[in-house]
Amino acid sequence: MAKYLLLKHYRGGPVPAVEQAPMDQWTPEEVDAHVQFMRDFAARLEETGEFVDTQALAPDGAFVRYDGEGRPPVTDGPFVETKDLIAGWYIIDVESWERAVQLAGELSAAPGPGGKPNYEWLEVRPFLADSPTVTE
Amino acid sequence: MNEPLLRDLVPAVIGVLVRRGADFAAAEDAVQDALVEAVRLWPDDPPRDPKGWLVIVAWRKFLDAVRADTSRRHREVRVEGEPMPGPGEAADDTLHLYFLCAHPSLTPASAVALTLRAVGGLTTRQIARAYLVPEATMAQRISRAKRTVSGVRFNQPGDVATVLRVLYLVFNEGYSGDVDLAAEAIRLTRQLAAKINHEEVAGLLALMLLHHARRPARTRADGSLVPLTEQDRSLWDTQLIAEGVDVLQTALTRDCLGEFQAQAAIAALHADARTVEETDWVQIVEWYDELVRLTDSPVARLNRAVAVGEADGPRAGLAALAELDPALPRHTAAAAYLHERDGDPITAARLYAEAARSAPSLPERNHLTRQAARLNAQLRS
Repeated sequence: MAKYLLLKHYRGGPVPAVEQAPMDQWTPEEVDAHVQFMRDFAARLEETGEFVDTQALAPDGAFVRYDGEGRPPVTDGPFVETKDLIAGWYIIDVESWERAVQLAGELSAAPGPGGKPNYEWLEVRPFLADSPTVTE
Repeated sequence: MNEPLLRDLVPAVIGVLVRRGADFAAAEDAVQDALVEAVRLWPDDPPRDPKGWLVIVAWRKFLDAVRADTSRRHREVRVEGEPMPGPGEAADDTLHLYFLCAHPSLTPASAVALTLRAVGGLTTRQIARAYLVPEATMAQRISRAKRTVSGVRFNQPGDVATVLRVLYLVFNEGYSGDVDLAAEAIRLTRQLAAKINHEEVAGLLALMLLHHARRPARTRADGSLVPLTEQDRSLWDTQLIAEGVDVLQTALTRDCLGEFQAQAAIAALHADARTVEETDWVQIVEWYDELVRLTDSPVARLNRAVAVGEADGPRAGLAALAELDPALPRHTAAAAYLHERDGDPITAARLYAEAARSAPSLPERNHLTRQAARLNAQLRS
């Protein structure tokens, strides 16, 4: 088994396959259907023994860095102009890369306006293992 | 209380319950419940007959579960109050449990989880921690695995090779969590070797012992990797090595070679060398030839190319490597190593950096990055 991150972006990644209105322009029922799909997706992963974690991130925040001894950290942001903005993730533990891609494809079919799949791009990234294979 | 000793009893107790009419999944749950009781009660009140105690308590747990289930479904089912005097445990119960938990209908991950629980007696929480997944996820993996094998008859002989594959996977997981899976794999393989006289079971046990013997030397205190050539060989566990060599030699006399015996033979040749220079690389290459013949595995071919580099010089190693698919895991790392030995630090530094980018684990990536940095620093000075 190997762990993968399915990363959802608010912005960034390849050109969207389907241009969609932001979620606050959808009908409440469309929002509910989308949220329910996400919950069901996590529940289904748990049922198949592949679920590790899911989290959502607020769009605002800041970049922070060290600014030298005795000085407070420097912050920068918010980032209206940043190209890439992470919205959240699922972490899955699956048999293969192919399975990770299959699941990302299913997640990308989450319903958008009119209940149609939103064709959202998801970024799939393998985790580095904690320890190397013992016998190799 | 010695927990591994307690867990040694698990397969036999499950066997007794199954023979008395419990289905495997329920028997397994009942024995887990009995283990929890044992851990709670035995420190103050150790039983004279631990296995007998577990059988009685597990059977009671099984009956409780059946009754609860029956009353939930409002059906009348008569349940025997006491264990039937019928058949007790049979010699092959433990063996059959290994086969069942490694049944070919299971995915490797399911077989691993089920084996660790039903044969190993580990709790779902321990297994979940070892594999760094939530307990609920591991619980589902195990209950799905139980459902998958629910139609398989318990007392059926199975394929030893599938069992060995599962134990090998457990061993290779190492010890990242708070359960030492390598040690657990050795315990389970020892137990299997005591139940069945099979040269590849012995081969796998020898392989595990020989690798485990080198574990104290394989990583530094900070977790960074120490390559075989730089390991402090005085840290190797000579007792485990002696046992591994012994087990392997007995297996080899049966003249029925398999991949685990071949791998163990290679590990034994490394273990046998007191210094890197003493390593018998020519023999190691011969064993890799056997391994390639037996498995046709690309990983074996890659390792063979590195061994050829030691036996016949880096040029020969690079030539052997050139015949393999460059997309193989660790191909670039092997090329980097051979180029450095061939006196080409510029190419080696570039390849180490490239290998670091595709390393499958963090310690390997750190190690390869450091190798690249070391060569680049040399080149600058």
